[in-house]
Amino acid sequence: MAAGVATWMPFARAAAVGWLPLAQQTMPKPPVDKTSRSDEILFVNVSGLRFQTWKNTLDRYPDTLLGSSEKEFFYNEETQEYFFDRDPEMFRHILNFFRTGKLHYPRHECIQAFEEELAFYGIIPEIIGDCCMEEYRDRKKENQERLAEDTEAENAGDAPLPPDATLRDKLWRAFENPHTSTMALVFYYVTGFFIAVSVIANVVETVPCRPLKGSIKDLPCGEKFSVAFSCLDTACVLIFSCEYLMRLYAAPSRCDFARSVMSVIDVVAILPFYIGLIMPENEEVSGAFVTLRVFRVFRIFKFSRHSQGLRILGCTLQACASELGFLLFSLTMAVIIFATVMFYAEKGTKGTTFSSIPASFWYTIVTMTTLGYGDMVPDSIAGKIFGSICSLSGVLVIALPVPVIVSNFARIYHQNQRADKMRAQQKVRQARIRMAKKGATNAFLQHKEDGGLQGGDSDSTAFCVKNRSAFEHQHHHLLQCLEKTTNHEFTDEVTYSEVCMMDSMGFRTSRSTSLSSQQGATTTCCSRRAKRRAIRLANSTVSVSRGSVQELDTLHVTKTPVGTQYPQSRSSLNARTEDLKLNCTDYTAAIISIPTPPANSPDESLPNSPAIPGILRNSRSSIYNTQETVKISSL
Amino acid sequence: MGAVVGTLTMGERTKGERRRPSRDKIDDDFELSIVCHRPEGLDKLEAQTNFSKQELQVLYRGFKNECPSGVVNEDTFKQIYAQFFPHGDASTYAHYLFNAFDSAHSGSIKFEGFIMALSTLLRGSVREKLTWTFNLYDINRDGYINKEEMTDIVSAIYDMMGKYTYPALKTDTPKQHVDAFFQKMDKNRDGVVTLDEFILSCQEDENIMRSLQLFKNVI
Repeated sequence: MAAGVATWMPFARAAAVGWLPLAQQTMPKPPVDKTSRSDEILFVNVSGLRFQTWKNTLDRYPDTLLGSSEKEFFYNEETQEYFFDRDPEMFRHILNFFRTGKLHYPRHECIQAFEEELAFYGIIPEIIGDCCMEEYRDRKKENQERLAEDTEAENAGDAPLPPDATLRDKLWRAFENPHTSTMALVFYYVTGFFIAVSVIANVVETVPCRPLKGSIKDLPCGEKFSVAFSCLDTACVLIFSCEYLMRLYAAPSRCDFARSVMSVIDVVAILPFYIGLIMPENEEVSGAFVTLRVFRVFRIFKFSRHSQGLRILGCTLQACASELGFLLFSLTMAVIIFATVMFYAEKGTKGTTFSSIPASFWYTIVTMTTLGYGDMVPDSIAGKIFGSICSLSGVLVIALPVPVIVSNFARIYHQNQRADKMRAQQKVRQARIRMAKKGATNAFLQHKEDGGLQGGDSDSTAFCVKNRSAFEHQHHHLLQCLEKTTNHEFTDEVTYSEVCMMDSMGFRTSRSTSLSSQQGATTTCCSRRAKRRAIRLANSTVSVSRGSVQELDTLHVTKTPVGTQYPQSRSSLNARTEDLKLNCTDYTAAIISIPTPPANSPDESLPNSPAIPGILRNSRSSIYNTQETVKISSL
Repeated sequence: MGAVVGTLTMGERTKGERRRPSRDKIDDDFELSIVCHRPEGLDKLEAQTNFSKQELQVLYRGFKNECPSGVVNEDTFKQIYAQFFPHGDASTYAHYLFNAFDSAHSGSIKFEGFIMALSTLLRGSVREKLTWTFNLYDINRDGYINKEEMTDIVSAIYDMMGKYTYPALKTDTPKQHVDAFFQKMDKNRDGVVTLDEFILSCQEDENIMRSLQLFKNVI
């Protein structure tokens, strides 16, 4: 029901008394309202800002959060108030809606934030009053356009193709996004070059060249070098036809492609040549054939694939179709009016050029656009007066729709700029987000290495446990449960790819042997790599490396520490419990520092973070044990 | 050109006479829009009606929120009432109801009139309620309800039902209803119902008596 009707309900019910004498049946029992009827002041605390209002005010809109029993979920018994952990500034507007019945949109707020608040409080945005509705709708449309561009940029063909893409898909992608592969880029530039060559040839062949030997008349270059020009033309047309056919083949939807503007332009560009081939060389049709050559100039429109500005212009004209239509219509009206007036004004003049009204059209157009060729000039005084009025009004009529077209162009142009900027920034944003996410996963992997698996037994773990929040504990426990369920373990990208590589290099023998023979199997490139990393580690904070020993112990309980071969790497790993006085701050520092540099480049410059995965990789990658739980990778 | 001459002449003439009425008209409109009626004191209203102070406060707050100017005119009244009956057309019945509320026939209902009627309907005695209802039915306030008036009222009530009813409304349903009513109420069969006949007949009918008590707890 509409707003504010709740207030009038008692009156409507009272007025029902008027039906009673007429009633032929007994009236139903009225609903019993157990709650107290007296009005009371409610306290609403929104993030510390305390609002007070009558209960009746909130009850006016029973289908919102505040008007229904849903607000009881937010009731705080101790402070006897309703507490909402939301934006207090926005709540002001929400409460005003309850008070006045009109919802206003605050202009300085972000539209999405406002909509989220409305959704939370159960108010539909359509209730926004007329005073603010237009602003709201404009902002909303702008926001939607922006978001649509974001998703479009994500879905743009910059993403790598799925591996099972057919030749058609690859070809289509090469055509649509030339910067994806070198071949596509080459093709793009070659076609552009040939379009330019074709257009220039069309232009140059009409320029007069020096005449042939023995004749005086100037010849257009086209006729002098007719063979050369026709060869050039044929070559260009062949290339364009090939391109068109390839595009037609590669298009995912041939019907849509055939109907698109660009394909129409392509066809119109090459058609005259083929028509010229088919048509016979007789005199009657050659006139028509000549006009067909005019269409060759349409090849210049093919440049719109190469130029974004042209496309924007085309878009603008499309968007401003109504304004252009209005401009045309008003011009036509004015032209007819003034042409008629001038014709009749100049009718008396002898030898006048204004021979008919259509003839005066030319004068009117030339005057209104302030060209003023001067081939038709009024002589009589009345004619001159009306001619001056004509030129003045021409300026006005043309100046009116032009700002609309200009503003549309500016809007579309800015949208395009924004889309390009978004796309460029998107990559950086995604990279940063990925790194932040990696920090979270690394935290879990880190936690495993610290011996979180052990439970709370040793003192050392107790140190580290303190530094993690309850949320992290629960999260890690959850991940462990998942590992146990699936019999697989979490790892990070690098080790996984290493493992894959190692698998493909055929080091399966090392995995199947038991631990004691691992020694021999450790002469793998991986362990060589591990040695390299261990050397690097020795230079870095040793306490960190020592800490990781414990998890080795936990996981490889049955294994005797191996390591005469690479004392440098193993000795540090074999350090025992005396080194377990973990410096927990190192860990937390390491966890925090992970997001900043990517863990993929374990260089000397980053002692802390990559060291941890490095050394762990070191330990695990050389030791496989299929008897225990299958490890996807050593980490 | 003609327009230019016209404006010039208009400016010279009638600077005095022509302008003043229009200015007055503007002032009148301006006054009407800012006039707002304030009800008499809370104590006085409490004495005149059967409501307590808190109830009056609640009622006035709701009333003032909906009508900041303090008066309800007929169009607003019809709009408000129509919102309770979206199925059919409540405007005719709302018109009769408006006249019943607007006892002074001023064209607008002020808070006092609103409150008095509510007090009668919800907290008044049986006789008061029935008198109010009689006044509702007696459209021309001549003290008698005749068949035409009753038919108007009943048709207005059936209009509120709308088109889609079960069983479907027939064209003579209101007439039948009116006949049944007169059968019950018109004791001396003179074709009109007087106030006494009305009250007497209603008091004899148990259903009506019982229903009259139903609306006690509306506020």
